[in-house]
Amino acid sequence: MQFLSYLVRGISLGSVYALIALGYTMVYGIAKMLNFAHGDVIMVGGYMVFFTFCKNQVPPVLAVLFAMCVCTLLGITIEKIAYKPLRGAPKLAVLITAIGVSYFLQNSAMLLWKSDPKSFTSIVSFDGVTLFDGNLQISGETIVTILVSVVIMIALMLFVKKTKPGRAMQAVSEDRGAALLMGINVNGVISMTFAIGSALAAIAGALLLSSYPTLTPTTGAMPGIKAFVAAVFGGIGSLPGAFIGGILLGVIENLSKAYISTQLADAIVFLVLIIVLLVKPTGLLGKKTTVKV
Amino acid sequence: MKKVLSVVLTGALAASFVMSACAAETIKIGGIGPTTGPAAIYGSNVKNAMEIAVEEVNAEGGDIQFELEFEDDQHDPEVSVNAYNHLKDWGMQILGGTVTTNPCLAVGAEAVSDNMLLLTPSASSQDVIDTGDNIFQVCFTDPNQGIASADYISNQELGTKIGVIYNSSDPYSTGILSNFLAEAAEVGLDVLDPQAFTDDNSTDLTTQVQACKDGGADLIFLPIYYTPASQILKAADDMNYDVKFFGVDGMDGILSLEGFDTSLAEGVMLLTPFVATATDDATVAFVKAYADKTGGDIPNQFAADGYDVVKALYKACTEAGVTEDMSPSDICEALKEVMTSDDFSYDGLTGSDMTWDASGAVSKAPHGLIIENGEYQPMD
Repeated sequence: MQFLSYLVRGISLGSVYALIALGYTMVYGIAKMLNFAHGDVIMVGGYMVFFTFCKNQVPPVLAVLFAMCVCTLLGITIEKIAYKPLRGAPKLAVLITAIGVSYFLQNSAMLLWKSDPKSFTSIVSFDGVTLFDGNLQISGETIVTILVSVVIMIALMLFVKKTKPGRAMQAVSEDRGAALLMGINVNGVISMTFAIGSALAAIAGALLLSSYPTLTPTTGAMPGIKAFVAAVFGGIGSLPGAFIGGILLGVIENLSKAYISTQLADAIVFLVLIIVLLVKPTGLLGKKTTVKV
Repeated sequence: MKKVLSVVLTGALAASFVMSACAAETIKIGGIGPTTGPAAIYGSNVKNAMEIAVEEVNAEGGDIQFELEFEDDQHDPEVSVNAYNHLKDWGMQILGGTVTTNPCLAVGAEAVSDNMLLLTPSASSQDVIDTGDNIFQVCFTDPNQGIASADYISNQELGTKIGVIYNSSDPYSTGILSNFLAEAAEVGLDVLDPQAFTDDNSTDLTTQVQACKDGGADLIFLPIYYTPASQILKAADDMNYDVKFFGVDGMDGILSLEGFDTSLAEGVMLLTPFVATATDDATVAFVKAYADKTGGDIPNQFAADGYDVVKALYKACTEAGVTEDMSPSDICEALKEVMTSDDFSYDGLTGSDMTWDASGAVSKAPHGLIIENGEYQPMD
């Protein structure tokens, strides 16, 4: 029973990682860049929900929608100002810019909202369920987080497979040059990817903070890095891969905390990543790319 | 004409001598602490309290006047050293800081090489005073807090099985923990395996709480700061885990955390040398002055420590006969001698008859507090 409750907590943490990892992996798949600022968009989303819902009692759904709008705008703006001019530049330049954007967001947040921590009120108001005579407790936050991430993953996959813009995204991901020749608006597709990724980040922020309530300007940094690891773990560029990677990462982290050592949890998580990459360099569900000569 | 001019100049010179003899000595005191960042509550409390104490000192109109300059260090050692150098450029002669332990270790090394007297309000690690003989504390050392907590829990029979959650990346937390464990073994407390987290892995603390619950702990000792403590309180509440919490001085501040549901902190106990609700004249006057200055805030223990820093320095400076033209190093030597002498003692907000030994540690006795109806109440 103890094992089950650790497992459920692991899945809950993992679904937050999964939500964030979906954003990472989508942007990587389409724009072929690592958007290190993704974790900080989560933080901005968190602050938006904090100011609307926690401070001013705006209904939670409206608050999250508002945060999604703000983050979408922010994501598109970041893409237009910081990344688009560098589209032809070496990958390293874009990577460094992404890190710069991440620091810019953190420090702006510190200026705007001060860096003293805020305690976040959960957006989930129902109590959750108790199973097996009170031995297993699953909080409302856990249930909502898991459901939301599953629904979003399925919706994203349907969107990519079945809709026209989704297929355009697939085309850009496969071969940007060819997609351009076929008349696909590549810049538009990339902007749309950033918009979707950032909107997801807002949801992830609200759910992350509902379960783990300390909000500071660096709140998004560590979960962001973990989610990046999850995306690589599952095979970067693959949507189900990011989801599975996220869940596995959360479960491994929680179980190693519970049964091995609370101090070594991170070390174990990253060790597993190294082993997976040694055995399967493209990640669990990653596609093998053959380079033609 | 020349004669007249020289007479006038001589007169002016003489007048300036007379003036300087009459004027009080103005000593420049520096303060460093986090007024922004995760430990902001500590720094801003100390800053406000030091300003109040300096105003009081200057209003007394004695031979010594203080000038205070307080810098923010965001609880970051590097920023703190920058702040220290900045204050030295300003002409600081004594340092009343820093507020938190890690920055204080970094700044302490600088202060030792400059032989600048450093009286910290609240950096409580033993390592802080071990850095050099020019470093003194107003607060207890961490060993003291750990030992006092174990004794208190054992004497008052607060718990039968004790869980511990600590921050293994913070010397403040590990310092208290090791002495708590040693003393707990001594007095026969049943302590479970301590559960650790680190600064980088503090998002999810539910597993640690779950481990305490599974181990059957009925009291959890939290030698940590209030921000992770607030997460632990929520996690315990989420899993319907009815348990008592016992904190140390880092817990002070939890009631002012923005957005925190203070009902979660009901019944939390902590050891701290200062109670804002105490009814002695000095505390009442200080709490009122603090509320007037900040628009109604209640000072925490850090504020009282900061106030005591300035007042203790004032007493020591007066007895040592410090003058404004003395170098920081000369002042340091003079104050060291006075503060460690047998007949020097200071009655402050955080304890009466406070005395210092040559190591820089203070001697005074702590009170137990409990949070009731969103306020700190004396436990006895």
